[in-house]
Amino acid sequence: MKKVEAIIQPFKLEDVKEALKALGVDGMTVTEVRGHGRQKGHKEVYRGKEYTVDLLPKVKVELVIPAARSAEVIRTLAEAARTGRIGDGKIFVYDVAEAIRIRNDDRGEAAL
Amino acid sequence: MSRVLQRAILGLFHPYTTGFEDFRMFKLVPLLTVFAALAQAQSAPADKLAALEAAVQSAQSAGDNAWMLTSAALVLMMTGPGLALFYGGLVRRKNVLGTMMQSFIMMALITVLWAFVGYSLAFGGSGPLIGDLRYAFLNNVGGAPNSDYAPTIPQQTFMVYQLMFAIITPALITGAFAERMKFSAMLLFMTLWSLIVYFPMAHMVWGKGGLLNAFLGGRFPCFDFAGGTVVHITSGVSALMCALYLGRRKGYPAEPMKPHNLTLSFIGACLLWVGWFGFNAGSALGSGALASSAFVATHFGAAAAAIGWLLAEWMHNGKPSVLGGISGCVAGLVAITPASGFVKPMPALLIGLAAGLACYSMVAIIKAKMGYDDSLDAFGVHGVGGTLGAVLTGVFATNEVNNALKDSAGRPLPLGLVDGNAGQIVNQVIGCAISWILAIAVTLIILKVCDLTLGLRVAPDEEVQGLDLTMHGEEAYNLEA
Repeated sequence: MKKVEAIIQPFKLEDVKEALKALGVDGMTVTEVRGHGRQKGHKEVYRGKEYTVDLLPKVKVELVIPAARSAEVIRTLAEAARTGRIGDGKIFVYDVAEAIRIRNDDRGEAAL
Repeated sequence: MSRVLQRAILGLFHPYTTGFEDFRMFKLVPLLTVFAALAQAQSAPADKLAALEAAVQSAQSAGDNAWMLTSAALVLMMTGPGLALFYGGLVRRKNVLGTMMQSFIMMALITVLWAFVGYSLAFGGSGPLIGDLRYAFLNNVGGAPNSDYAPTIPQQTFMVYQLMFAIITPALITGAFAERMKFSAMLLFMTLWSLIVYFPMAHMVWGKGGLLNAFLGGRFPCFDFAGGTVVHITSGVSALMCALYLGRRKGYPAEPMKPHNLTLSFIGACLLWVGWFGFNAGSALGSGALASSAFVATHFGAAAAAIGWLLAEWMHNGKPSVLGGISGCVAGLVAITPASGFVKPMPALLIGLAAGLACYSMVAIIKAKMGYDDSLDAFGVHGVGGTLGAVLTGVFATNEVNNALKDSAGRPLPLGLVDGNAGQIVNQVIGCAISWILAIAVTLIILKVCDLTLGLRVAPDEEVQGLDLTMHGEEAYNLEA
């Protein structure tokens, strides 16, 4: 099993959800987060006083999928989240040791 | 004979004896009074003339009083909600209520002070520096006009109109010490400041026999139509003293202190723009052509200043900001205030443009180099804009707009440089200098007194928590509630 953690532009969340749904991915967890990468935020000026806003609002999407489907899911997710401009975000992939469905104690891929 | 005629006219329109609708009847009442007066006076032409004069006077008084009461309400609207929203939006979220309260409480505190002694110290008597106590507790201030100042409106109207100026002036200062002054110390400071700076200054410029009064026998005739020296220089310069005495806010300038809600500031600034028509056009103390001229000059000054500030910002920073636009219009309104009843529309545009450019430079460039923390730029806008406007009034004032000053033969005297009276600029500078000196000296003394008795500044942990919670025990945005 793989865990996919994608940090994307907030306005791309709907596109990503639609694309993953079309692929048959059932579950995900979404969090509003703030952060920056190489872009280092933007500049705001109030009456001549400059502020650098380096932590910009992003959305973090987390999902756990069977390892066999990971390449396909990651490709779909990246395509849906892409604008081609700076600030599109990043995807991180981890190995998952175990998954447990709390309701009935299903284990492994059956719990996804 | 006249009795019979009067009865006949009244009987014809009487609501209980005819089928006329009530609302039509009400409109006819003033007309009937005139008819009745005329009818009664038919016998003697002199009586008839006197009755006509009285009727005309009463009509003018009604028109002037309507405008002046409206203006008084407009000027109060400038403080709350206008200035409270403008300043409230510019501070951080934890201080918005405390900041709004500092404006709002002036509407209560200064009103009481004005009723007790303020009005009398500003407009009683004819001393050069300060009034007397003849109107203390509003004694003899009633429906009869005060012919020294406003012969066509009840003195109560004049009194309450001038009160609104006394309210907004100290409220303007609060921008300089926003986010760090104790509420109790602020109340004491503002009480003393009104007594020792505002009331004397209002008397010197507008009071009979005042040192700077151009129309009622002043030593240095200074033109200040609606309060460039009295309101904006005194408040702006005192604001700078407060910022210097209190020192910077904790964390300034390293920590970000962005305005927490510019939509509030936007609404506040637009209310200020509208309210300023009462401030300036109302200063004609009547509803005639001078009020129209001041209204137009006010509006043009604000418009040109908004453009001036935005252009400067656009060229300097690359983007024209909303905060820049609304700050610019306020700067223009400040600068046109002393000039509004003396200048034509094109000079009003020039004064506005100059104010937009000058105040932008002060606030956005020079302040950062000087390093003081005038939190909401009360000095940069009111001190600088007020001084610029007061001096430019000496350049552009013309008797084509305001012919109240006449020579012994009844010809209007030249006013400013454009009328050929270059010396007026010197008088304007003297007026500015006296306001600056009074504001600097007295403010520093009062600050020291408040600091020694109550302590001026909130404790460091209170400043971190914010004034809303520590001074007032509440929060502005309870989003989880």
